[in-house]
Amino acid sequence: MITKTFAGVAVEVNEEGFFEHPDEWTRDMAPEIAKEEGIDQLTTRHWQVLDFMRKEYADHGTGATVRVLGKASGVSVKELYELFPKGPAKVAAKVAGIPKPRGCI
Amino acid sequence: MKHLVVLGGGTGGTLTANRLRKRFPAEQLRITIVDQDDRHVYQPGLLFVPFGLSHPEEIVRSRQRQLHSGIAFVRDAVDRVDVEERRVHLAHGTHLDYDVLVVATGAVLAPEETEGLTGAGWMSKVFTFYSLEGAAALEGALARFDRGHLVVNIVDLPIKCPVAPLEFAFLADWYFHERGVRDKVEITFVTPLDKAFTKPVAASHLATLLREKGVNLVTDFNTGEVDGEGGRLVSYDGREVSFDLAVVIPLHSGAPYVTRSEGLGDELGFIPTDPATLQSKVRDEIFVIGDATNVPASKAGSVTHFEGEVLVENVIRFLAGEPLDATYDGHANCFVETGFHKALLIDFNYETEPLPGHFPMTVGLPLLKESRLNHLGKLMFQSFYWHGLLPGRDIPGISPAMPTSGKVGVPG
Repeated sequence: MITKTFAGVAVEVNEEGFFEHPDEWTRDMAPEIAKEEGIDQLTTRHWQVLDFMRKEYADHGTGATVRVLGKASGVSVKELYELFPKGPAKVAAKVAGIPKPRGCI
Repeated sequence: MKHLVVLGGGTGGTLTANRLRKRFPAEQLRITIVDQDDRHVYQPGLLFVPFGLSHPEEIVRSRQRQLHSGIAFVRDAVDRVDVEERRVHLAHGTHLDYDVLVVATGAVLAPEETEGLTGAGWMSKVFTFYSLEGAAALEGALARFDRGHLVVNIVDLPIKCPVAPLEFAFLADWYFHERGVRDKVEITFVTPLDKAFTKPVAASHLATLLREKGVNLVTDFNTGEVDGEGGRLVSYDGREVSFDLAVVIPLHSGAPYVTRSEGLGDELGFIPTDPATLQSKVRDEIFVIGDATNVPASKAGSVTHFEGEVLVENVIRFLAGEPLDATYDGHANCFVETGFHKALLIDFNYETEPLPGHFPMTVGLPLLKESRLNHLGKLMFQSFYWHGLLPGRDIPGISPAMPTSGKVGVPG
């Protein structure tokens, strides 16, 4: 277990940097997590994806995959990659403070 | 009399209908199974067709003829399911009312969702072996291919039988060796995953095999476009892999009627399903089996087979008004063909990843290790499929729950 501090609050993350306890996440932590992922500024488009991810996690217990994001978040897959170049589902889940989306088996 | 309607006459639908028919006399339960065609494909056989090791006519049989007597077969496409009215609307305008519905319509290929995939070059330079037509067409293209770059690409998960693309790469290595042109053919495996397979221990074994066979591995590649004419795969983040011949596993969705049926499926057309009981989360009287579910297990025949035993028990309990208690653990069991008449076997469930050892106990088939015995097991399975699995017979010594005996390092 690794402890990190975002927005002045200590939180636990796993070895890949995903939140261990999604309820510890607050919106003011997101810009700092995003910076670590190479995203300097969170725009309203980023937030549309992050809010969708939080809702998916609340409803289904896992974040959405890129394909589901492209179909249901209102942001196209192309734009998702512009917003989160290092991998939309993974990075958006990390910034949104939820576990890594379950890849399918 | 209660009416049980099964949508889909493939692996899951057929074995469910047959097992239930054996458990209920005809005057106690009416069983109807619906499918749009009468061609039941033994899907594991598709892998062998491109290499001339199997032929399309050998892996297709009549759906209807796999059903026990006392099961009505309706040949029609499903237009939509009205979950409120408990009614299935059929494409030709009639409908079926049900007391219990079993959704077993599997997954369909959606190549049109990937830019360029069905454009220029489709079925001439870009193929898939995930359909009977594609596998047959690929056989001709492979036979003519004696030099150049062969690329095997998974666009995105979920896909049916996630090991099959790897098996294709292994068999291609063997096939070009046999033809004496392996040194003129480069083979590359391109995956959206960050490793060769989803499960870490198996992934490292499979990556080693790829390396030993001289197959290149490209990971984290999310295919955004297939340019058949130019011979290029282009990822969403702008990387490119060039090819002379591409074997692409297209995106998968649930059957098209699912998205037309309000409240039935998720964004991809799969049905939200309880992973342990296989009851849908949509309505208590709807159960789901096989590739049609959204449970976090492989979309594979062995999963469907093991699910079937649990689902049948739960349908019986549901009809009797009893609480469901049969539970499915996510057990999957796959022979992975590795070429040169060898195969390895993996056995896992929701919680336990594929581990080395033996199956189903310490004296048994070697796990995660190439052997001729596993290859023979894979070949023999086709006969068991038609004569044992579909009719609803149990395999002696094999239960739906994953065995832990014989595995090395199973968490206590």
